[in-house]
Amino acid sequence: MLQNSILLIVFLPLLAAIIGGLGNKALGNTPVKLLTTGALFVSCALSWPIFIGFLTDSMTADVVPVLQWVQSGDLSFDWELRVDALTAIMLVVITSVSALVHLYSWGYMEEDPDQPRFFAYLSLFTFAMLMLVTADNLVQMFFGWEGVGLASYLLIGFWFKKPSANKAAIKAFVVNRVGDLGFMLGIFGTFLVFGTTSIPEILEAAPAMSGSTIGFLGYRLHTMDILCILLFIGAMGKSAQLGLHTWLPDAMEGPTPVSALIHAATMVTAGVFMVCRLSPMFETAPVALGMVTFIGAATCIFAATVGTTQWDIKRVIAYSTCSQLGYMFFAAGVGAYGVAIFHLFTHAFFKALLFLGAGSVIHSMHHEQDMRYYGGLRTKIPVTFWAMMFGTLAITGVGVYHLGAGFAGFWSKDAILEVAFARGTDLGMFAFWMGVTAALLTSFYSWRLMFLTFWGKPRWIESEHIQHTVHKTPEEVGEDTTGGYKPHESPIVMLIPLVLLSVGAIAAGQVFAPSFLDDAGFWAGSIFYNEALIHAMHAVPYWVKYSAFVVMLLGLLGAWMAYIKDTSIPGKFVEQFRYVHQFVSNKWYFDELYDAIFVKPAFWIGRKLWIIGDQGIIDRFGPNGAAWVVEKGAIAAKKVQSGYLYSYALIMLLGLVAAITWILM
Amino acid sequence: MDGFPILSVMLAVPLVAAVLCLFLDANGARWTALGATLVNLALGIGLWLSYEVGGPQWQFTERADLFAGFSYALGIDGIALMLIVLSVFLMPACILASWDSIQKRVGEYMAAFLIMELLMIGVFAAQDMLLFYIFFEAGLIPMYLIIGIWGGDNRIYASYKFFLYTLLGSVLMLIAMLWMINEAGTTDIPTLMQYDFPPAAQTWLWLAFFASFAVKMPMWPVHTWLPDAHVQAPTAGSVILAGVLLKMGGYGFIRFSLPMFPEASAQFVWLILGLSMVAVVVTSLIALVQHDMKKLIAYSSVAHMAIVTAGLFAFNVQGLEGAMIMMLSHGLVSGALFLCVGIIYDQLHTREIDRYGGLSINMPKYAIFFLLFTMASIGLPGTSGFVAEFLSLAGIYEVSSLATFVLTTGIILGAGYMLYLYRRVAFGEQKNADAAAMRDLNLREWFMLGPIAAAVLWMGVYPESFLAPMRADIAALDARLARAAPEGDAKLVAGEPLTAAANAMPDGEHGEGHGDDHGDDNSEGPE
Repeated sequence: MLQNSILLIVFLPLLAAIIGGLGNKALGNTPVKLLTTGALFVSCALSWPIFIGFLTDSMTADVVPVLQWVQSGDLSFDWELRVDALTAIMLVVITSVSALVHLYSWGYMEEDPDQPRFFAYLSLFTFAMLMLVTADNLVQMFFGWEGVGLASYLLIGFWFKKPSANKAAIKAFVVNRVGDLGFMLGIFGTFLVFGTTSIPEILEAAPAMSGSTIGFLGYRLHTMDILCILLFIGAMGKSAQLGLHTWLPDAMEGPTPVSALIHAATMVTAGVFMVCRLSPMFETAPVALGMVTFIGAATCIFAATVGTTQWDIKRVIAYSTCSQLGYMFFAAGVGAYGVAIFHLFTHAFFKALLFLGAGSVIHSMHHEQDMRYYGGLRTKIPVTFWAMMFGTLAITGVGVYHLGAGFAGFWSKDAILEVAFARGTDLGMFAFWMGVTAALLTSFYSWRLMFLTFWGKPRWIESEHIQHTVHKTPEEVGEDTTGGYKPHESPIVMLIPLVLLSVGAIAAGQVFAPSFLDDAGFWAGSIFYNEALIHAMHAVPYWVKYSAFVVMLLGLLGAWMAYIKDTSIPGKFVEQFRYVHQFVSNKWYFDELYDAIFVKPAFWIGRKLWIIGDQGIIDRFGPNGAAWVVEKGAIAAKKVQSGYLYSYALIMLLGLVAAITWILM
Repeated sequence: MDGFPILSVMLAVPLVAAVLCLFLDANGARWTALGATLVNLALGIGLWLSYEVGGPQWQFTERADLFAGFSYALGIDGIALMLIVLSVFLMPACILASWDSIQKRVGEYMAAFLIMELLMIGVFAAQDMLLFYIFFEAGLIPMYLIIGIWGGDNRIYASYKFFLYTLLGSVLMLIAMLWMINEAGTTDIPTLMQYDFPPAAQTWLWLAFFASFAVKMPMWPVHTWLPDAHVQAPTAGSVILAGVLLKMGGYGFIRFSLPMFPEASAQFVWLILGLSMVAVVVTSLIALVQHDMKKLIAYSSVAHMAIVTAGLFAFNVQGLEGAMIMMLSHGLVSGALFLCVGIIYDQLHTREIDRYGGLSINMPKYAIFFLLFTMASIGLPGTSGFVAEFLSLAGIYEVSSLATFVLTTGIILGAGYMLYLYRRVAFGEQKNADAAAMRDLNLREWFMLGPIAAAVLWMGVYPESFLAPMRADIAALDARLARAAPEGDAKLVAGEPLTAAANAMPDGEHGEGHGDDHGDDNSEGPE
């Protein structure tokens, strides 16, 4: 049963994508939408029983072979689908969010002229992501890895007439390729060391290699550390970690359902998944784990600071995603892989919810994304408001330890902070304090988003989008800052996903915490499960357990003071700390820096190499120089073309004659 | 097919058709050429199907001694088989690509292409070194004519540059061949592949062959003929140039340089790796700033061929097989990319990238094919390009992590220039009215691109079909090279394994702190 259902789960979306993509307009909007959405709902329906099977310990891990792939000397890897507890979790996350996003897109993309293409891309993405999480060898994982990259590229650039969308799409692909360089070198190195790319075999052999050293780029390094660092560089690219994060905010150029599915719930978590999948290997690499912890903690705080200064509702959530991924990584870095996956799981629900909710707001506000032009939407779009509310309660981690109750984020994020503290190392403490500070900022920017959007007076007329709709300028409307615009609640196909994801955001933590956090039997060896660390996590002091709760309240208070009580505070703050604000709101100038040291020089050097290198030196002293010599030598070159041809043939002939003569002699 | 001289027939079919074409009118020549190339394609598939994997190394051998030790000897191993199949597979697409775009002297044009096909098959099938030389060098003449007569405005410069570059190398190679024949006393390639030349002589012989093959590949810095030749050549000329002629250099390395001069090859590993590393970085950066579509793809070819040379000189099975798959993959992909350029060039008569834009809107089917080949070119897994890159680089890694690191940056730069190209051509607004008015693919163009697309995906998902025939030959070559194989830089040194996991908790510490010790509160919930 498992065999057939996993094949269907993975390949139905591919089939739907191929038929829908090639059929495109010939098939028509509705058939393609029905086909792709239907395929995803079937996949989703088949995934949950597998997940429940693993939860109840009634299912065991299995590998389903599909097709031979490559066999070259002692390097061989096949297409095969691995299903174990870790995969089962990813299966439900991917297929559930994807199915709901497909459904949501019926409403969100309704007026788009290119719907079949959009749905085909979404299904293609889902297929690639499923291939990634079912991989039993590193190369198939890389296939899924690049496949989701392709789908992401296509979907970011879905509105391909927009220059900004095209630019963002290329940026996403190329920055990811920087990470992939690490991933590929990691695979090569792993093959060199272990003679295989099969994940189970590598994990088994890894401990024995932990003391060995290897040469790399002229240095001698610890084998496992360098391999894990290379692989982690791949994870940094895909999961938008500090340094390789610059593509994620720009990826918001894509339609909002895409942001929810790819750039929040699934694809960007692939890096976390990879580290957890390879956790027994990473546990043999202390330095690499230190790097994972450090980068995770640094990303977590970096992205949270930037998130507090953005005005675009989607960019706020994008930076928030980046920051939450940082939490997952430092959880993995301190050895709590189950906790990292737990946060991945709950985050998928509440972050998809926040994005789809934001999409619903954007939909109702006539494509306006700037929160400065929102305000007072609470009563206008109540379902969306409540969905966003649950999402916010989940991401800020509302919950009380002694009541044993809380929203999804409370269970997973608090566990991460506790486990980082419990780990007890310097890096663990660093991660803990970064995490707590980031939690403060998370609460601040999340409530800032809520207050700007749903509370206060409407500021809609200042939006150009709204002005275009109501055909009025701010001067004409006077006091009525709504401009007479009537925000409309989204259609039912968009609200159903919001409601279902709200259920996840409310309950996913509470329901699944026992299995994910404390049940080694549930994981059944699919990740490295550190029993002692989990015990230590539960035994941390109360002040640690309540620290996240306290900073959550502080963030809420701060946002309330600044955006409800006295709205002049943000302006005064910015004036007071102008340079800090500039630095943060310009995203720490990463884009400018990369542009100055990579992009511009690449084009400049390319031009110089072409004009000076190829034409100025090689051609000048090579063929052109030879021609000059030939001309000066006064060799008759009137009929250049045929002349050369004849001489060429002649030389060949003479050569042959000479050869034969020589042999005859 | 015992006794049926299939290789000779594959040489004869285009020869007869070429002669016919010279006497036919334009349409007759077109149909004759198409018919002949399709017959050869059928024969090529027959050859592939009846090739016995795991059978004798040389199959379909034919031999007729002519004079003075010079013989008409044909025969193929798996390596030659795949390259012959590639050649006959691309030819019908070339004829179709020239269907409307060539209007002057059609008969001669088709004849030139058919002779080209004959010579390409000959190069890969020849078992006599002098016969090989004739095919190898004569192959330039039809290409030279194709560029010089049917090429663009600056065709004279391009064709003479093409000629000048190749001339020097071939003279040196001929001298080396003569010396070898004198030394070994035979012109038989299989025998020479087993012959052990004195290492001191190998160095000079290797360099002489290198002079010829490096130009053909082309390797940096003798690559500058390629962009000009591509730009000036008609579409089909570019397809054959990129698809098959560039492979002759790689074939030369794998057939002559490596098996005949293993010691010298090992001696020059760093020359090859160095030039390949420079080529990948330099030509990729140059490709980034091109305004001419064909030039961009030509420079990308140099970068891809650098992976081939590096893979060949990795001295291991993955490197060699990766290089071979890269040759096949690049033959298909760059051929298809040139066909894609040709399709829009035929309508707008310009290769300026900026003259296009937004083609996804009026040419959606074209945009899909173009995207597929773009992705294959940048090595997306699932396409042939990935298998090629992955195997080659995995092989090279065993020799040098540094070389692999530099060569792998090609995947970043490659994505940069190809996606930048695709964006400017297919995405964006339809800023040029004439480009916006172009029609989508017609049936003829479907027949050109469809089969190549299928082959690219096939090779990406199930490369076994292509690897299996070559496996024994590559293993044999690998065994012959083993004695000279350079040592890798990895030098794994075993050490004392760690006794505990990196995040193992010290014993008895998990009760510390002031929290309640039963601490299971977080797990309250439905059990």
